[in-house]
Amino acid sequence: MGLPVKRKKDLVAVSLTFVALYLYWVVLSGILDVVHLSLGILSALLVAYFFSDLLMQRTGRGYVSATITRVFRFVPYLFWLLCQIVRANIDVVKIILDPKLPISPCIIKFDPGLSGDVPLTLLANSITLTPGTLTLDIGSERSYYVHCLTQHHGEELLAGEMHLRVGAVFGGDDA
Amino acid sequence: MISIITLISVILLMLGSFFFIAGSIGLNRLPDVYTRLHATTKCDTLGQSLILLGVMMYEGMTFTSLKILIIAGFLLIANPTGAHALAKGAYLSGVIPCENTEPDEYRDLCAEVDDDLAA
Amino acid sequence: MIEFTVTALLLVGAAVLSLYRTIIGPTLPDRIVAVNVIATCTIIIHVLIAVILDQPMFVDIALTYAMLSFLVTLAAARYLATGRVFV
Repeated sequence: MGLPVKRKKDLVAVSLTFVALYLYWVVLSGILDVVHLSLGILSALLVAYFFSDLLMQRTGRGYVSATITRVFRFVPYLFWLLCQIVRANIDVVKIILDPKLPISPCIIKFDPGLSGDVPLTLLANSITLTPGTLTLDIGSERSYYVHCLTQHHGEELLAGEMHLRVGAVFGGDDA
Repeated sequence: MISIITLISVILLMLGSFFFIAGSIGLNRLPDVYTRLHATTKCDTLGQSLILLGVMMYEGMTFTSLKILIIAGFLLIANPTGAHALAKGAYLSGVIPCENTEPDEYRDLCAEVDDDLAA
Repeated sequence: MIEFTVTALLLVGAAVLSLYRTIIGPTLPDRIVAVNVIATCTIIIHVLIAVILDQPMFVDIALTYAMLSFLVTLAAARYLATGRVFV
């Protein structure tokens, strides 16, 4: 992130963006004849040339292999997250359908000790999807303000392993 | 003769609609906007994932089911992000959490910012 | 085929329940949350209609609707937080 400086176009970033955009085009159009495929190549090339910086952020030497490693480490995390989401829903549905409505909401501060835009966003969305917690805001010094449905959920988040897992996906470096 | 895939798809569809209806009931039962966001975000995200998965199993491997996969992935990212933005917006617009919300550490932060602006 | 119709009807029921909150909701954020739920129901119903009528076009409409409703949510949140939508 930062100011939009004029930089030389990176050929690897442009071509990777092109591949991603072109696959998306083929899936969305669904027609495999010459006209549609060549139109797709044209528009994907144009967009990839001008906006490759948005999809692939350069973080020094070897960022392509770092990104690929992250994608591979992200897949197990995704499965773990899906299990957590199912657990969260069963929890919340139990609370909602309970006639006594046993809630004790609270807003707590939570400092995960992460940095970088992508890890922070991933952790915020994961917190929102998992048991009884909802991210309100990311304050200064990268601490989260989390709304919890019950006190018990807040304690679970503070004691939990989620931020450690997100940190492990990104390997401790700044993304 | 009902095949296994049809059976799984029906089970996924029914589970998904159960979660949707539970989320809507929660929207009506819970006391303030933040707890309502809890109910709707979680139940809607899981409900839509299950229903779209069921439709994809029924469709098989086609371009249509790839598109449905894109919709499911997009909603999986968009729902929590929207809920986060709405919760922050609601807090900043002055909606007070229900009275037994304790502790409320975000209120202290907002009070500090207000003091800074006044100074 | 009947299972898709039943699911769509159940989703309409969920949307009607949310409509009740939209009408009585004491504050503006309550109403926006409820409208958001109705939008998600609409997206899923579009996909189900695509399967029921065998018209793949409705999936594209659902995709566009999903992106638009996300944009509307963000604009509404921005309006709540800052009191304006543009600038």
